[in-house]
Amino acid sequence: MNSTGTLSKELLIAIVAMLILAAIPFFTPSRLIADFVIRLAAFGVFATSLNILIGYGGMVSFGHAMFFGGGAYAFGLLMQKAGTSIPLALLGAIVFCALLGLIVGAICVRLKEIYFSFLTLAFAMLTYSVILSWMSLTGGDQGLMGGIPRPVFLGIDLSNGQHLYWFACVLAVVCLLLMRLLMQSPFGYTLRMVRDNPERARFLGVDVWRTRLYAFVLSGAFAGVAGSIMALFVSGAYPEFTYWTMSGEAIFMILLGGLHVYIGPVVGAALLMMFNDVITRYTDLHGLALGIIVLIFALGFKRGITDFAVRLFRPASKKKETRQVTT
Amino acid sequence: MNPQELFECVTSLSCIVTQTSTGLIVGALLFLVAAGLTLIFGVLGVINFAHGSLYMLGAYMGLTAYRLFDNYFLAVILAGLGVALFSVVFERLFMRRVYNADVLMQLLVCYAFILILDDVVKLVWGAEFQSMGMPETFQLPPLFIGGGVVPVFYLVLMTVAALIAVVLWYVLKHTRTGKVVRAAAHNPTMTSALGLNTQLIYAGVFACGGLLAGMAGALAAPVRSMSPGMGFSILIESFIVTVIGGMGSVSGALVGALVIGMVRSFGSIGFPDFVEGLMFVAMVLILVLRPGGLMGRKQS
Repeated sequence: MNSTGTLSKELLIAIVAMLILAAIPFFTPSRLIADFVIRLAAFGVFATSLNILIGYGGMVSFGHAMFFGGGAYAFGLLMQKAGTSIPLALLGAIVFCALLGLIVGAICVRLKEIYFSFLTLAFAMLTYSVILSWMSLTGGDQGLMGGIPRPVFLGIDLSNGQHLYWFACVLAVVCLLLMRLLMQSPFGYTLRMVRDNPERARFLGVDVWRTRLYAFVLSGAFAGVAGSIMALFVSGAYPEFTYWTMSGEAIFMILLGGLHVYIGPVVGAALLMMFNDVITRYTDLHGLALGIIVLIFALGFKRGITDFAVRLFRPASKKKETRQVTT
Repeated sequence: MNPQELFECVTSLSCIVTQTSTGLIVGALLFLVAAGLTLIFGVLGVINFAHGSLYMLGAYMGLTAYRLFDNYFLAVILAGLGVALFSVVFERLFMRRVYNADVLMQLLVCYAFILILDDVVKLVWGAEFQSMGMPETFQLPPLFIGGGVVPVFYLVLMTVAALIAVVLWYVLKHTRTGKVVRAAAHNPTMTSALGLNTQLIYAGVFACGGLLAGMAGALAAPVRSMSPGMGFSILIESFIVTVIGGMGSVSGALVGALVIGMVRSFGSIGFPDFVEGLMFVAMVLILVLRPGGLMGRKQS
């Protein structure tokens, strides 16, 4: 495989994506669109980081929200209580989530399928209840109130909407690019092998447990970045960030967008956010409506939007991407 | 954190009696829910993430039945049957389609149902907290055993739960139905090759799980308040119970439920803010030391 070739191709795509994102505010000055893109930056990175586990690792985590919330709280607390600069707080959030991933992952990744799902869910709920009960630090069910300070760094002032928009976009594109490169690296292919045939991987000398653990830590760290973007956007952190519905939504984003195409989860995130916006406008029975949509996709279509697109435009010839997930 | 008080409690008989009775109640209710969860897992190999919602449905159905007929035991039975019926529909129409699909799909179907059922309950019974109130029959002065206070209703609950546990044990171990169910758990292909209707067994196991969860919900109604979304915490707790006891083992669920009941009840004296944490610590210890659980045969 020509690794420099892939690298420059991925870089090119990232730059084009960044240019498109940067151009959006010039075409429409709508605050609504800009806010949507910022939220999409957070949820897109969040869903893609979960897809490292689900799509590439075959580990269906139902507790990924612990890293989203964990990142948001770590970032917010570092800004509020320690008064660090934004890059330092972001780094802190990443380190915190990676450590959390190391501890939880060390216990969980040994377990098989459904057992793994439930245990990650249990850990996320533990995180949730810790946040609720540790009033003095987290503000309990009120969330991290009082706003997050946004000191200027390197000439970037995040209290300016325009700057925040660009910052979130750059962060998201960089994260997506990094994850893509990781998944195209030897590590990424080892992870796929572990997913498809752990026995064989073990015979070939791959440390299965370690590979899964690394994937778990990585995906946790990226979810921490997503949480930090969200914390910056809402200027706070709320216990709902770690609630199980957040994990469930991330899983649905992946299914909705399609887990066979790298960018699928981001597409799914955008679609689900639009669904949510429409649903909440017409009814307060949000769960009922969302539940029915989930059922239609899970039992009816059984695949995501990008999978349909791939089938439509690249019949048979482009099986390489599609074969990535054979479960 | 107050280990001092915990120490004082375990040295006084009255406190031990009071806390043990509370622990037994918590454990008994958890057992009913966890037994269904572990039974479904043992036979079908899927974890019913929507199991907590069945408990919630049972509580609300019990509330309505109690208001209609003014008879607590009838309400419990009706709630159990109602949830069992719902479980069969849920299994036949939805879960059946994802048995052979990957975990992702099973998870999503259950996720959808938790969302839907929470909203259905909100629609039918309202979003605010509700309570059944103590039935008049049991509004008696509490008993004093060794100086400890034990409400009469607690004894009723324990008796009913124990009765259900004995019936469950008898059916599984000593009847033909039980044998067939165990055979289906062990080797479904062989069982169906022998001419037994495995699809019927699957629906039956789901009905049984629903019956147990529904009855537990209605049984608990006089002592717990209900609200949409109440099913989720009991789902997590009964999962912890099944992990401690061993997935797929009903007797393990009993042991696990009692352990968690006691941890909750005594832990709330010594570490009131960390009760939930204690349960997780217990679970993680079991997972690290004995991944198969206390009574489990299968390696997770």
